[in-house]
Amino acid sequence: MSVAIDLADLVAIALFIYGLHELNSPATARRGNRFAMVGMAIALIGIVVRSGGIGWQAVLAGVTIGALVGIVAAVKVKMTAMPQMVALYNGAGGGAAALISTVEHYVVHGGAMNDVIAVSLVLSAIIGAVSFSGSIIAFLKLQEVMTGRPVTYPGQQIVNALVLVGILVLCVWFVVTLGAVPSWGYVALLLGALLLGVLFVLPIGGADMPVVISLLNSFTGVAVAITGFEIGSNLLIICGALVGASGTILTVAMSRAMNRPLTNVLFGAFGATGGMEVATAGGGPQQIRSTSADDVAVMLAYAAKVIFVPGYGMAVAQAQHSVKALADQLEKRRVKVLYAIHPVAGRMPGHMNVLLAEANVPYNQLLDMEDANPEFPTADVALVIGANDVTNPAARNVTSSPIYGMPILDVDKAANVVVLKRSMRSGFAGIENPLYEMPNCSMLFGDAKASVDALTAAVKAL
Amino acid sequence: MNELANLVPPLTVLLLAIFVGFEVISKVPTTLHTPLMSATNAIHGIVLAGAIVICAQLFAGEHSPLLVALATAAVTLGAINVFGGFAVTERMLQMFRRRGDGK
Repeated sequence: MSVAIDLADLVAIALFIYGLHELNSPATARRGNRFAMVGMAIALIGIVVRSGGIGWQAVLAGVTIGALVGIVAAVKVKMTAMPQMVALYNGAGGGAAALISTVEHYVVHGGAMNDVIAVSLVLSAIIGAVSFSGSIIAFLKLQEVMTGRPVTYPGQQIVNALVLVGILVLCVWFVVTLGAVPSWGYVALLLGALLLGVLFVLPIGGADMPVVISLLNSFTGVAVAITGFEIGSNLLIICGALVGASGTILTVAMSRAMNRPLTNVLFGAFGATGGMEVATAGGGPQQIRSTSADDVAVMLAYAAKVIFVPGYGMAVAQAQHSVKALADQLEKRRVKVLYAIHPVAGRMPGHMNVLLAEANVPYNQLLDMEDANPEFPTADVALVIGANDVTNPAARNVTSSPIYGMPILDVDKAANVVVLKRSMRSGFAGIENPLYEMPNCSMLFGDAKASVDALTAAVKAL
Repeated sequence: MNELANLVPPLTVLLLAIFVGFEVISKVPTTLHTPLMSATNAIHGIVLAGAIVICAQLFAGEHSPLLVALATAAVTLGAINVFGGFAVTERMLQMFRRRGDGK
């Protein structure tokens, strides 16, 4: 029987790896996720059989509540809120790892404790707790329950370092005594780790949250792998290591897309100062031109080539279907419509692609930054739909700008730029955008969906 | 020394899994980064298996109500991670379905 369960674990692991492999391509990605689901089912059934049903009361209660909460939340959540949902689920995984260590500590305490268990127990508790509290802060920032701006105060790095040192001291104490520390020692360790997670994410700006969520995702993977050492499970070691490795790669890929080293994202308190020196500005209010839907509709309808530049504003307003409707109207008039997708537009890489795919926009109209930028000089209109920082030309030439060096979409090279925007509030990074003062740029204020619908109606009426 | 000898096989497994993780994932196109993050997030939901193991260990001996509550909370969080994680990934990937594809 035991051999059968071990083999079931092996099958599950193969399914996880093959499933991840299938996620390489949009055509097979769904199948990949299904493979992973089947793997998970096999692995979990195997574990339940192995446990002989002991503790079924707790398992049944926990799985019922957890499955209900998880599935209902996943089905109900709006597509725009997906990133913060991933953060929450990730935090749950980290919290589970920390709780497992806590129970393990009191169950095996004094009995079967050895160096390996002591070290892995304390590490998975700390990393799991950091991932838990860090993910919750990331969620609160993205959900805009708390400010998306970096939260900084004098001596922040020193405080963080002190907390870290305190945790390490408690760690060493725990390992040296093989877990024979007073309860307050272990509780202090957990609370310290929770605090560290909060302190770690607080100074990071909302625009960088995808990178943070990806990093915390890999943290949880590492915590799970270490939990595998703690309870002697290859299954946990392998799955945790897979996620730890993938999370690291994703994290690096995302910060590379922003052209900033990871350390800068994590410790740079990006955009905290807010006041960037715009090359031309003397500190006065920006000189901008506001326009009307009818004017823009004429511009669009008689253009040869229009490039849509979607951003977070489109996601917030759920405007993707309206955008597709506008594109259909324009295409009817033989206007060539393209979409320029910045790698970090929205709140996660691929965020815009997901939304536009939902609205049935054909893949071949979606251009990556590399393919889109050569198209702008020949475009009649660049229609910026709720994107801000990824179009900011200050990234090209203002060395003092916090986003200097970030690759941007060259929308300013189009003959005309129309920016759909709710207000003159600065973008998520909290910096001003000199694009809006350029002579070829005009602003159409309002909710992205309402504005796009107005444009569609106006084009239709022409 | 014995402990260390016992540690070598799982460390080997860990190392190989890390390499597999790098290899299998480094080819994913940017478009799929968000679903991939979500899918890997669901896969570390395997921590639920750890929570089930710990419940079995706990109930096999004496168990205080506090520890039972903590173990149940671990199972709950693990289950949220697994079920929510896969459900969100599935929803995201549905967006990548081409028109005319079956269910």
